[in-house]
Amino acid sequence: MVHPYIPNSRETRDQMLREMGLSDVEELFKDIPPELRIKRGLDLPPAMPELAVVNHVKSVLSKNLPFTKMPSFLGGGVWPHYVPAHVRQIVKRAEFLTSYTPYQPETSQGMLQALFEFQSLVAELVGLEVANASMYDWATSLGEAALMSARVTGRSKFILPKIISKDRLSVLENYAAGPSLELVEVDYDRETGQVDLDQLARKVDDNTAGVYIENPSYLGFLETQVDEIAELAHSKGALFVVGVNPISLGLLRAPGDYGADIVIGEGQPLGNPVSFGGPTLGIFACRGEQRLLRQLPGRLIGMTKTVDGKDRGFCMVLQTREQHIRREKATSNICSNEALCAVAAAVYLATLGPRGLRELAEVCAANASYLMKQLSQIEGIKVPLFKSPHFNEFTMQCTRGSISWLNAELLKRGFHGGKPLRREFPELGEAALLCTTELHTKENLDGFVEAVRKVMEG
Amino acid sequence: MMNYHQARWICESCLEPLIFEMGNKGGSRGILLPRGVGAEINIPEKMLRKSLNIPELSQPEVVRHYTRLSQMNFCVDTGFYPLGSCTMKYNPKVNEELADLDEVANIHPDQDEGTVQGALEIMYRLERLLCEITGMSKMCLQPSAGAHGEFLGMLLVRAYFRARGETRKEVIIPDSAHGTNFASAGMAGFNVVVVPSNNRGRVDLEALRAAVSEKTAALMMTNPNTLGLFEDEILEISKMVHDAGGLLYYDGANLNGIIGKARPGDMGFDIVHLNLHKTFSTPHGGGGPGSGPVGVAEKLEEFLPVPVIEYDEEQGRFWLNYNRPHSIGKIKSFFGNFGVLVKAYAYILSMGADGLKEAAEAAVINANYLMHKLADGKSFKVNYDGPCKHEVVLSAEPLKRETGVTARDVVKRLLDFGLHPPTYYFPPIVPEALMIEPTETESKEELDRFIAAMKAVAQEARTDPGRVKAAPTATAIGRLDETRASREPILSWRMYQRLKPK
Repeated sequence: MVHPYIPNSRETRDQMLREMGLSDVEELFKDIPPELRIKRGLDLPPAMPELAVVNHVKSVLSKNLPFTKMPSFLGGGVWPHYVPAHVRQIVKRAEFLTSYTPYQPETSQGMLQALFEFQSLVAELVGLEVANASMYDWATSLGEAALMSARVTGRSKFILPKIISKDRLSVLENYAAGPSLELVEVDYDRETGQVDLDQLARKVDDNTAGVYIENPSYLGFLETQVDEIAELAHSKGALFVVGVNPISLGLLRAPGDYGADIVIGEGQPLGNPVSFGGPTLGIFACRGEQRLLRQLPGRLIGMTKTVDGKDRGFCMVLQTREQHIRREKATSNICSNEALCAVAAAVYLATLGPRGLRELAEVCAANASYLMKQLSQIEGIKVPLFKSPHFNEFTMQCTRGSISWLNAELLKRGFHGGKPLRREFPELGEAALLCTTELHTKENLDGFVEAVRKVMEG
Repeated sequence: MMNYHQARWICESCLEPLIFEMGNKGGSRGILLPRGVGAEINIPEKMLRKSLNIPELSQPEVVRHYTRLSQMNFCVDTGFYPLGSCTMKYNPKVNEELADLDEVANIHPDQDEGTVQGALEIMYRLERLLCEITGMSKMCLQPSAGAHGEFLGMLLVRAYFRARGETRKEVIIPDSAHGTNFASAGMAGFNVVVVPSNNRGRVDLEALRAAVSEKTAALMMTNPNTLGLFEDEILEISKMVHDAGGLLYYDGANLNGIIGKARPGDMGFDIVHLNLHKTFSTPHGGGGPGSGPVGVAEKLEEFLPVPVIEYDEEQGRFWLNYNRPHSIGKIKSFFGNFGVLVKAYAYILSMGADGLKEAAEAAVINANYLMHKLADGKSFKVNYDGPCKHEVVLSAEPLKRETGVTARDVVKRLLDFGLHPPTYYFPPIVPEALMIEPTETESKEELDRFIAAMKAVAQEARTDPGRVKAAPTATAIGRLDETRASREPILSWRMYQRLKPK
């Protein structure tokens, strides 16, 4: 018996071999040197029936405790949101799910148009003219943004804020290693968390390729000096790069409107599950100028016409930037991206519309605002650490006991606490990053506050 | 032969309109949201957005629109998809259901380790399975795609030589390699040295010997290579590179041709990337998400990204180890495309050791069968003798010389037969290339239909070449002007509004 995923029976297989004048399949592998051939077979379990696979995988996974079963206040780069049922169903349609990159546009118009719509929706959201069809995640978008800034300006210094996810920073360092870009951090005001403008002004110079900020910042507060930062970057001819949580843009000013040349971010919250941190969806957008466009990494879908000029259609464009033509001179090596997550994002944004997205952003921010207020009344808890407006994430400091102790106690009381920040920002003491979204009910928020109070009162 | 016509939703002079061209302004929306606690939010006026120009649509409009778009998209569930080097095999449905479970979709990467033991266990077990399949010592599951894995591989090469106090700047790549190899090496700061193929379609040993030196950091190879041929001198190649102190990198895009039959680790490869969305059947989603795990030999383990998943036998507990002083750090946020990893894990268990070997054998039989039936020298020929492995590269040069019909024309005409055409014009060392990878999940009937279609197109090229040149006509849309699309790019609705004639 052959495996159920393989259609040709032994008989058919033998018939095909005979037609080729062969008697044994091994004749087709005779070019593999005998000493390289696997003798006893791979040391893997034998094929399992579908039902056994399901039972096994489910039994292993039952050791996970999803945030749908126990409220969680974790965000920090991927954020739990409700994924509407129809968004899931559309991206599960086999036509989207089981197709390859649309190399043959005539038979792949569906995917191409959906991705063009994704590009268009992202462009509106961030306030720029061009967005690509996706990168792997926010962190790799940041790496590519630094490389692109260097190529566009012919310079080698990239300035970034000290408040940034250290994992994201590590990815950036790896991307910057090839062309030996110099990464320069700018400190923050200890009171407000805002970028230290004086220090930034001193560090931006004629060799600065790009100035990067995040808004909202990694620690949840808004960077409000955006116009000044844009001005500083542009005055020295550097590009201004802004990283975003796209949900916030339902409410917040588009970075394109305050001078951003490149906008990047994490698109996961737009209709994609958190899924333990992947698949994610790297957003990458830029101004529509030629000098930027030529250096843009990643796949781009463009609008065109049929050769006879009659119908409007879509195809991949500007592939001369890409690896299969330019090879080592390509703007990036990226090939496969996160297309299906981009389709989910398009369906999600089309579903919410401007009002829905604004309401969603407001609910996320209002829940955070409420939670900050309630937590700040607890003895031994300081919330937030920075005197700045916040979106849906904020810092919480525990002045009596450690965050790991607090989180362990909260776990016993049925809550996933915030993300400990000790490894990333030791200067903040025992602090955690908390996040709220529309998933949180008033009962969740009040219950969490109560639990923190009980633990702290001990 | 199959009679085929793709759905064609059309209104006036465009297919299904863009969402920006649909709906009524003034309040439609596709979903209601919870109200939240209604607390005051404190965002300064100057940071608030004034307007957002995205469509306002009801839910049924959104669903119908994207359903119609999906109907204008060919996929492997609907038909034969022999796109060379892409391994478009059947994507088992059970894997989709598993990856959608609450315990996969709704867990956060920063949760307490005690609450994600199942996820860590799946990754740990998958890593062990992939190590056994490839013959490598340890794997990193972080990369999101094959090219991402290549980039990580090149960073590991850098770290390895840096730790040894050596500066080696050259990466050698055969002329038949995937374009990503060159780009990945370039991104990591290496200079690329290209070696030609010999008249057997394999790496030219003499040219390689001349290229290898004390400057060589690594040789990147695909085996079977992009011509579908096994690099049968791999042991000599491996020795040559290692004797010069270099490393050997394996591009796993073509692993399906030898899985269960031979392992890159045994061939001497030090670094291996896999494409789970090819060999391990996770769906490609129209371009991603993929997953490109990287395996290494023992001497490179210490440089792998953090965290490494460990198992504490005493406490019976999986944990994330960040304490790796020689690690290169991170290549992606969090741990990789976990949802994809779950599917690949379920696939390997479903196939088992024998199933994977059987897959390689069936894939190779299918590819050789196509070569046997199609490479008649009159319309299509092979430039290098077989047997091939998982794919065959035909040249349509004889057909072009006789009729003027190109590989590209053939490809476009094949669309009318309800199948996806092969990769074309790649690898560049074969003129008029048609790179065909049938995979093991296609039946002989399906292959015979493809063979008949190829022969019908070749016949037509002689009797009615105009018809071939005018193809496709059975698809949602006719042949597109791709040159114009790149010369005057329109990349978004916003750009379209600016550029369109008033």
